Amino acid sequence: MQVGTILGLTIGLLPLAAHADEQALARSLAATCANCHGTDGRSATKVVEPLAGKKKEDIVNLMQAFKAGSKPATVMHQLSKGNTDQQTELVAAYFAMQKR
Amino acid sequence: MSDLNRRDFLKLAGGATALSLAGCATPSAAKARVVVIGGGFGGATTAKYIRMWDPAIDVVLVERNAMFTSCPMSNLVIGGNRRIDEIQRSYDGLRRRGVEVVTAEVTAVDTGKRAVTIASGRELTYDRLVVSPGIDFMYGEIEGYESAFETNRVVHAWKAGPQTIELRRQLEQMNDGGVYLLSIPLAPYRCPPGPYERACQVAHYFKTSKPRSKVLVFDANQDITSKGPLFKRAWAELYKGIIDYHPQSKAIGVDGGTMTVKFEFESVKGNVLNVVPPQRAGDVAVKAGFVTHNNRWCDVDWMTCESKAAKNVHIVGDATLSAPLMPKSGHIANSQAKVCADAIVSLINGRAPSATPVMNNTCYSYVSDKEVIHVASVHQWDAAAKTIQPVKGAGGVSSARNELEGDFAWSWAQNIWADTLG
Repeated sequence: MQVGTILGLTIGLLPLAAHADEQALARSLAATCANCHGTDGRSATKVVEPLAGKKKEDIVNLMQAFKAGSKPATVMHQLSKGNTDQQTELVAAYFAMQKR
Repeated sequence: MSDLNRRDFLKLAGGATALSLAGCATPSAAKARVVVIGGGFGGATTAKYIRMWDPAIDVVLVERNAMFTSCPMSNLVIGGNRRIDEIQRSYDGLRRRGVEVVTAEVTAVDTGKRAVTIASGRELTYDRLVVSPGIDFMYGEIEGYESAFETNRVVHAWKAGPQTIELRRQLEQMNDGGVYLLSIPLAPYRCPPGPYERACQVAHYFKTSKPRSKVLVFDANQDITSKGPLFKRAWAELYKGIIDYHPQSKAIGVDGGTMTVKFEFESVKGNVLNVVPPQRAGDVAVKAGFVTHNNRWCDVDWMTCESKAAKNVHIVGDATLSAPLMPKSGHIANSQAKVCADAIVSLINGRAPSATPVMNNTCYSYVSDKEVIHVASVHQWDAAAKTIQPVKGAGGVSSARNELEGDFAWSWAQNIWADTLG
């Protein structure tokens, strides 16, 4: 009975595993932005870009512009080059889902 | 699942099977308990993010100080441009997140029993332990240091707090025309650009308030260890005739009676002696046996921040043996802490930790009261090297000192303090 319950639970969780992994990856990547932009993209100051609730494509476009050097920056042109395009997509999607 | 033993597995399933397992269930409803030693950037951030990412995990943070005082920005207090209370924060934000914050000294760590004992005698058992003790000093490397330190004839001010206030007091009391002597240890030490920023801050104070005074910098390293050209330009353009820089000069003795610092090839007198001693992992890590390298640093697996010396123990922050080109900074400690928190949450929940951890560092230095320079880097997992490495082509330094980054630097401080403690 006990073993059966545990097995049932484990099997029930399996289809969610891949999704959970991707969610965990996205929130961890987004957390690398929080030092400067605030936890979950909610900044304590008005000096930096608030990321929470911003449209995903706007964040992606901004990061691409920093990477390409078409948008001037003090530090973001250097940091944006550190993430892959796939990582940037995940981060942008995560912030887009956060409440402002 | 291979990382889970049967006990952990049962605990995971505990929520749904509590009734059927009532005979052997623990009284606590929590999934697991994590104890964190140290409430600096590394420990506090780990505690917060574990609670954020899995509120079913109990987290207890043990920290000796009742208040957080930030090392980043503490040079501004020394230079007189900020007050100490502006760089201090309470631990109430963590308490609101459900972290039990205990103000106490750790007296023992027993990795066999998985228990931490604090000064009151209370024993805190853990499923996983996080150790973020910062640095302690190797006073014995500099003859006479300890006795001079006891009477404040020499200060390090390399842990922010009472030492920061004491150094500022001494600078204020010093007569115009006096000499402030700063001695820098061989790398690695906490905050590579910190000493050069401090030289700028003290020189700025002298320039505006005590113009006949001098800043003598004696550096055990071959040259400036971080943002060298930018610091040299600031010194030449802003503080010419005030800052005097001596590379390859290692302090080996201090005489508090004659206010003299002895180097390998000369002895130099000063009115304010700020000798920063060589450093190693904090005492608690040394006593617990977590140090693996040169009797100084704790090696970890950077995918999870797990100690190479003990099971179920994770180590973050300045106490670690640094990954390639990774500085000992508060920002990196905060970044490591999130990798650590994710690994702990994953392991407790029976998931594999992320195989692609990412960290970054942004470090601002004030070269005057308003102008700032930065260094930044991004670090990604290198599967072949099995460590975390800086991404080539990413990161860099400021093109020139500027006031815009002064605003960003202060904003960075507000956000990282809130991200760490809020």
